[in-house]
Amino acid sequence: MLYREAGDFKTSYKADSQTFPIAFDRWRYWAVLVIAFCVVPFFVNAYWANAILVPFLIYAIAAIGLNILTGYCGQVSLGTGGFMAVGAYACYKLMTSFPDVSIVIHIILAGGITAAVGAAFGLPSLRIKGFYLAVATLAAQFFLVWMFNKVSWFYNYSASGQINAPERFVAGIAVTGPNTAPWAQYMICLVFLTICALIARNLTRGTIGRSWMAIRDMDIAAEIIGVNPLKAKLTAFAVSSFFIGISGALFFAVYLGAVEVGEAFGIQKSFLVLFMIIIGGLGSLFGSFAGAAFLVLLPVALKVIGVDLLGWPTDLVAHLQLVIVGALIMFFLIKEPHGLAQLWRLAKEKLRLWPFPY
Amino acid sequence: MDGAAPYVTADGRQIGGVLMDMRGITLRFGGVEAIKNISFDIREGEIRAIIGPNGAGKSSMLNVISGFYHPQDGEVWFRGEQRKPMKPYQVARLGIARTFQNIALFEGMSVLDNIMTGRLTHMKTGLLAQAIWKGRAEAEEVANREIVEKVIDFLEIQAIRKTPVGRLPYGLKKRVELARALAAEPKLLLLDEPMAGMNVEEKEDMSRFILDVNDEFGTTIALIEHDMGVVMDLSDRVVVMDYGRKIGDGTPDEVRNNQEVIDAYLGVAHD
Amino acid sequence: MSADFLYGIEVIINGLMAGVLYALVALGFVLIFKASGIFNFAQGVMALFAALTLVGIMEGQVPFAHLINAVFGTSIHHFGWQVPAILAIFLTVLVMIAFAWAVQHFVFRHLVGQEPIILFMATIGLAYFLEGVGDLMWGSSIRTLALGLPQGGSIWVEEMTNGLGGDDFYGFFIDKLDMVATLVALVLVAGLVAFAQYTKQGCAMRAVADDHQAALSVGISLSYIWVLVWSLAGIVALVAGVMWGAKSGVQFSLSLIALKALPVLMLGGFTSIPGAIVGGMIIGVGEKLFEYTIGAPYLGGATENWFAYMLALVFLVFRPQGLFGERIIERV
Repeated sequence: MLYREAGDFKTSYKADSQTFPIAFDRWRYWAVLVIAFCVVPFFVNAYWANAILVPFLIYAIAAIGLNILTGYCGQVSLGTGGFMAVGAYACYKLMTSFPDVSIVIHIILAGGITAAVGAAFGLPSLRIKGFYLAVATLAAQFFLVWMFNKVSWFYNYSASGQINAPERFVAGIAVTGPNTAPWAQYMICLVFLTICALIARNLTRGTIGRSWMAIRDMDIAAEIIGVNPLKAKLTAFAVSSFFIGISGALFFAVYLGAVEVGEAFGIQKSFLVLFMIIIGGLGSLFGSFAGAAFLVLLPVALKVIGVDLLGWPTDLVAHLQLVIVGALIMFFLIKEPHGLAQLWRLAKEKLRLWPFPY
Repeated sequence: MDGAAPYVTADGRQIGGVLMDMRGITLRFGGVEAIKNISFDIREGEIRAIIGPNGAGKSSMLNVISGFYHPQDGEVWFRGEQRKPMKPYQVARLGIARTFQNIALFEGMSVLDNIMTGRLTHMKTGLLAQAIWKGRAEAEEVANREIVEKVIDFLEIQAIRKTPVGRLPYGLKKRVELARALAAEPKLLLLDEPMAGMNVEEKEDMSRFILDVNDEFGTTIALIEHDMGVVMDLSDRVVVMDYGRKIGDGTPDEVRNNQEVIDAYLGVAHD
Repeated sequence: MSADFLYGIEVIINGLMAGVLYALVALGFVLIFKASGIFNFAQGVMALFAALTLVGIMEGQVPFAHLINAVFGTSIHHFGWQVPAILAIFLTVLVMIAFAWAVQHFVFRHLVGQEPIILFMATIGLAYFLEGVGDLMWGSSIRTLALGLPQGGSIWVEEMTNGLGGDDFYGFFIDKLDMVATLVALVLVAGLVAFAQYTKQGCAMRAVADDHQAALSVGISLSYIWVLVWSLAGIVALVAGVMWGAKSGVQFSLSLIALKALPVLMLGGFTSIPGAIVGGMIIGVGEKLFEYTIGAPYLGGATENWFAYMLALVFLVFRPQGLFGERIIERV
């Protein structure tokens, strides 16, 4: 009975096109924001931050980025890991070359650099479509990982090939380095996620968002009615890579502190983010959140049940995780190709009518 | 009626000078010549029908006009200037909009969003402004929404504006496609078999819309159509194609009595 | 002839053989894609799974031993018997056929008519699933494949070519295993092409590849053909798994070979069996030559990680349908 839109008539186009037309949804949205910003920081501990919240926030940014490219614009990309690496290494080089500039600036710049790299690797998308494009993005993935491994300038000629995030502060509070408090890690990621999500929401509901979806649905017709495919696709690659670069920079600087490119940003990462948007829902912002949450929570849940509760060895649980994730992917694609987001939408539709059946 | 002088039709519509002029168009696919040295023009404000048996090259001709196919020979003149070979999206910017034989709507979007894509050539705010949304981008969105709502009112599809296009029945999809083309406020509207697959009532509705578009907005219309009744009633002039050649060009009456056209396409009524 | 030039030739020959092995994996892709339009990302994992199953059966391992032990607290690992190679191969083929049936019945039957991207992602899910099942069944440690295949450099070839290049040149080093693999692959391809051209099932397969609806309307059972095709792909995967496994042990990296098959398909086209071979050889030779001439001396080596993809990318930009694929004419 709470979830109603009867009697709620919009009197302007502006009101009609808002994100949450139903009042209950708006209240829920603000409540989530208040809890996220004002309540959680006081209760979060190291375990929760490191195992669940911080990776969720960071992967959500990456998922939003990939969803823009693959879900909204229909360009399949298997290069997410490589682009995250670009963000991480760009951030590292900036941090070590300009130690007096704020890390926030560095992260944004790292996103910008990744956007440029992403647009460059997106150029082939004008000639190549579908799977062929997926393979082209694999070229990006393998080449970038190889490059960050081989060219020692990127890791400042260190012997180990690893990059380490130096300690940095925002408003006097440590956000990177070993002394960072969990709530500070959480907060900086949350702020970035909120801003990225807002930008993504604005872009997908406007002209450029419609151009992307038009290309996804029928690219020839899109071009005939006036979409410039070069501009639209490259913009998708650039915007998507911007977000993915930011997530890579945060992943390195705030979450891990030190990375080796092969294990942190390999092809497995690309698949992981792709699975997030498949399970979450292609072409849906909510789906990016849902998918990221799901795939961050699943291994934690499995570990808690399998290792802690049942006492099974960890490698067995790891194998089971592969089986479950793979089975879930296939299940979602068969039953609900639009992912958790669609399930959520259907649930809301039912709720709008409740307690009536139709 | 001769020459390119503007005139007024019997029912009071203004027909202007030549808007689009196809000169000596030849189009080949490998060894097949789809269009063989065809010339005809379309005058401003008129309804021009392109008819002919299946495989005559009518859709290909429309694709040449849209800039999707590039003829090996011939020139396309639009509004008095020769059109350089250009990409389809640049042609759209010139003010040419179209519908498609097999509906080409964007199935992942709602009706409203589909029609809003028709406004693309008119929406100019940059990426950064869109990212911020409040201010320029939102204002432009609302302004264009108003225009789209006028088109929705005109075609009487208010009830379905939020429906995902994939769920609509065929007749409504055709109407939405027309709405998308109209939203672009085109100088030249190309309709590829707009009545295909419709029953009598739907055809009457569609005919009314086409006539209204031409009457109220003065839009020049070129349409491919098989229903002879529609063609004769709606159009000012007709081009007849057969196996890639032009075999007739004139008013509906002139074309109806052309022997070559009768042999190739129309046939004779049997007693 | 100078020793350097001859070493270059040796690189090319080795590249050709590596290419044949790539082509083996690519063949599996082509088979499934031709018949169902599905790009089977799981082909590499199928090769790994097939090889694991073969080794597991031969060594008398208990399947799912690890899981059973964890659940029931038992401590079993092996049955205690050894199965001869021929019988083990036969049993593995049966397992792959069962797998083909299961995949068709539980997954792809429900995805008929979906867009290609959905099908592709389903096969990625399948790849992860199969990898996990393979690990659960047989464990994830590296195995050696003892099938009695000849290994090591061929002394015969070395001695024959010794005199060609003067004192600096010691004869071509060609691995015997590679030679056997090349032979097997060529026989397999010839067999598959003959099957497709001359048997009733092969003809039906080609009909299905062209047009599902039309094939249905002449009475061809889509599910039968698809099970057949996935089984064939499974057998091809087994051969590929055995060849690669004998070279470098049966381990997870085997499934990454599948990724290498993608550039092969880019070049050779997705639907051409001879194209897979030609594409494989171009990639195989290209990779090794690049590494030998430019990669190792100037770029620090290990360029084989990415060269194939870059080559395919550049190639695709100029010819989006590959060497043998059909030209895509878009109609509106």
